[in-house]
Amino acid sequence: MRILLRASESRWLAPTAVLGAAILTLLLTAAPIRLAGANPLAAYERYVVTPLTTFTGVGEVLLACTPLIFTGLAVAIAFRVGYFNIGAEGQFLAGTVAATIAGLYLPDLPGPLALPLALSAGALGGALWAFGPAWLKRHANIDEVVTTLLLNPVALLLVQGLLNGPWRNSETGFPDSDRYGAGYDLAPLVDGWRVHWGLVIALVLVIATGIIMAFTPLGLRLRAAGQAPRAARFSGIQVASLKWRCALVSGAVAGLGGASQVLGVQHQLTASVSTGYGYTGIVVATLGALTAGGVLLVALLLGDIAVGAQNASIVLHLPTQMGSIVSSTLLLTVVAFLVARHYRIVRTRRKPE
Amino acid sequence: MSPDTAPPAPLAELLGITKTFGALVANDAIDLVVQPGEVHALLGENGAGKSVLTRILYGLSQPDSGEIRIDGRTSRISSPADAMAAGIGMVTQEFSLVDTMTVTENLMLAGVGLGRINRVAARARVLEAATRIGVSIDLDAVVETLSVGERQRVEIVKALFHDCRLLILDEPTAVLVPQDVEVLFDSIRRLTAEGMGVIFISHKLHEVVEIADRVTILRRGRIVASVTAAGLQPRQIAAMMVGADAATAGDDVEADALATSIGLESDSAAPIPEARATAAPVQGTAALEIRELTLAGAARPLLDSVSITVASGEIVGIAGVSGNGQTELVTVLCGMSDVTSGTVRVGSTDITSFGPAERIRAGLGRLTEDRRGSVIPNLTVEQNLVLEDLDGFRRGPFVSRRRIRAHVRALMERFDIRANSSDPIRSLSGGNMQKVLLARAIARNPRALVASQPTRGLDVGACEYVYSQLRALRADGAGVLLISEDLDELLGLCDRIVVLFSGRIIGELPAADATREGLGLLMTGHAA
Repeated sequence: MRILLRASESRWLAPTAVLGAAILTLLLTAAPIRLAGANPLAAYERYVVTPLTTFTGVGEVLLACTPLIFTGLAVAIAFRVGYFNIGAEGQFLAGTVAATIAGLYLPDLPGPLALPLALSAGALGGALWAFGPAWLKRHANIDEVVTTLLLNPVALLLVQGLLNGPWRNSETGFPDSDRYGAGYDLAPLVDGWRVHWGLVIALVLVIATGIIMAFTPLGLRLRAAGQAPRAARFSGIQVASLKWRCALVSGAVAGLGGASQVLGVQHQLTASVSTGYGYTGIVVATLGALTAGGVLLVALLLGDIAVGAQNASIVLHLPTQMGSIVSSTLLLTVVAFLVARHYRIVRTRRKPE
Repeated sequence: MSPDTAPPAPLAELLGITKTFGALVANDAIDLVVQPGEVHALLGENGAGKSVLTRILYGLSQPDSGEIRIDGRTSRISSPADAMAAGIGMVTQEFSLVDTMTVTENLMLAGVGLGRINRVAARARVLEAATRIGVSIDLDAVVETLSVGERQRVEIVKALFHDCRLLILDEPTAVLVPQDVEVLFDSIRRLTAEGMGVIFISHKLHEVVEIADRVTILRRGRIVASVTAAGLQPRQIAAMMVGADAATAGDDVEADALATSIGLESDSAAPIPEARATAAPVQGTAALEIRELTLAGAARPLLDSVSITVASGEIVGIAGVSGNGQTELVTVLCGMSDVTSGTVRVGSTDITSFGPAERIRAGLGRLTEDRRGSVIPNLTVEQNLVLEDLDGFRRGPFVSRRRIRAHVRALMERFDIRANSSDPIRSLSGGNMQKVLLARAIARNPRALVASQPTRGLDVGACEYVYSQLRALRADGAGVLLISEDLDELLGLCDRIVVLFSGRIIGELPAADATREGLGLLMTGHAA
């Protein structure tokens, strides 16, 4: 048997590969689910189907996917141009802190002023958190993977420090901030849902990113710069400047996601405001093939599984971590299958003597 | 067994070797016999299947069918190790030496398995091998300080280490100056006198006629002729290489044109006909002016006060053995690295401090030797064609697909690009990709074009096409700076030839006065 590089591929190959990966994921996760004492088929139904069967369930899925769209998009924008921003987590947290500054210190602003202010502050906070690594990359060529990654725990420590210090809750004394002023609530989209207008902002960003990538000179330049930086530079594209700008935009999108989360869900800052949204964003962006539409689909799927995992833990007594196991296995199989589709296996027959 | 009656078994026999890559038949039932003491030349256009065949013989590639016999016995050669064990050695154009090690260390690498390295014995063996090929080698020289010719000798010595009886030389003269070629030929004659067989691949007919005993000509994976070299006319060989049409046409001029276009040097005086029939350069207007250009390097300047002026309607060639500053010059001119001092002008615009985008806008066209490095592999042909001028296809904030498509269709027709405009450009052949790059550069009517190795690796048709485009550009009043390692190409196309040596211009002569020997002397640093 020999493994050969495929000369050309049919248009159905990539979708087939994803389907194959999904099936393999089901096979691989069946054993741990069985060990945890549940029927794998029932568990998959809980993970994927059940959340979408009720009105409330759909709302919860949309709520769960909103921060993932922000962070997934942030990572996709940066990765697309070849800037490996692993710091969406920190930038998301910086966004929550910046929005909290507005919410705590200008509590009496009315909604029409308060929301734009807090959202802009969130975007600015995320961009600021991305500024250092981007500056170091541009002027000293220091690897952004290391710097952005290392700033994530710094952002978490900043949040914890603020909550244990100046922002400690004035009533309960718990390390949670006070509630923001009333003008700072991102309203629910529909009565009975917890989904808020942050989802609409996320969708607008998805559409804008999709259009820019597909139809503008900027989008083509970004793709060129990301795929072949030297050749792009040769063609007159200012690769370093594009990376710099995308790094800041990426931070701003992640920070906006943080602001959306505190303004739409928590209405206060808590230490557990991000449950790894920034890191999951890397999964979302990668599985979504770094495209805006892909990010949206994968965020929905992961949101679905996250809500389903809650459900499964109650009904089937499966640990909620089982949901993460399923998502992570899916990431591994999809990436593996997408790489494997470039190759084909040829059986070499022994020559007849 | 009496030596009078039974001829010795051939050194190597290839029988019915077939190798396909997808739909492409690279080798189609090839039979080849190499006798001891014979220099067997393999000739053919690019892509005729010479390299594939030698790679199979050396175990780098496996044939789909066919048989290899060494000394009359069927042998299975599935790796270079098998080939070496069977007494086959190969020297390719790309050397496999470790630059930072000395000659001796490199040669010991070739022979080591596990266990102690015996330096004294190794040195003795190297000296013996060097004596066999009649050259002197400084055993303690670090490889990176050696010239290309010297490195090649080290490679040959390395091959001889494995009791090699059949030596494959893949275009050994492509990288050599004429003086080194003589040394190489002398070495080959010494080896064949000992009974060694040599497979010699070349594009240069006069070399083949000089050194070979037998000539086998490949065309599109098949053998079209296998003849004794004695008395062979270069023109006949050229006709066989390019195909029956040219041969039956009997048109000498055409055969010569074809011969030169594939890098063959024929007997006729003018390598590329009509080359000298040029429009006189428009006096006074410089298309490209390079003044006192210097690029500092670690040990010595990579470019040392280089001044070249290319007038409008002129092609100026740059000759030189590779590694004497050509790559650096092209990199600087393309805007990919900063200069230490000096100025570059396109027309009256000083572009010294410009980035690539501003240079393109100032009217500089670029065609570099690194074709795959000039395109974005995964973007389509269409996208690559307009990448340098995206703002020219803007409609509001968006790119106008309709206008791009019309522009691309016109370019693909004009430049005869045979591809689907929505295919990723990485799927294009070298020739088609070069056409895309030519189209992209020429579509903007550049005042000056920098073209580096524009025909390297291209087949006959594509070469001739590139030449015609460069001439057309000159006729339109643009200036072309042509950097090439192919002297025939320079002699045929250029109005003037400048020779770079060690980062400096060591000589400049009108192409009409230039000869291969004269250029060769300059290229090795012997200023006239």
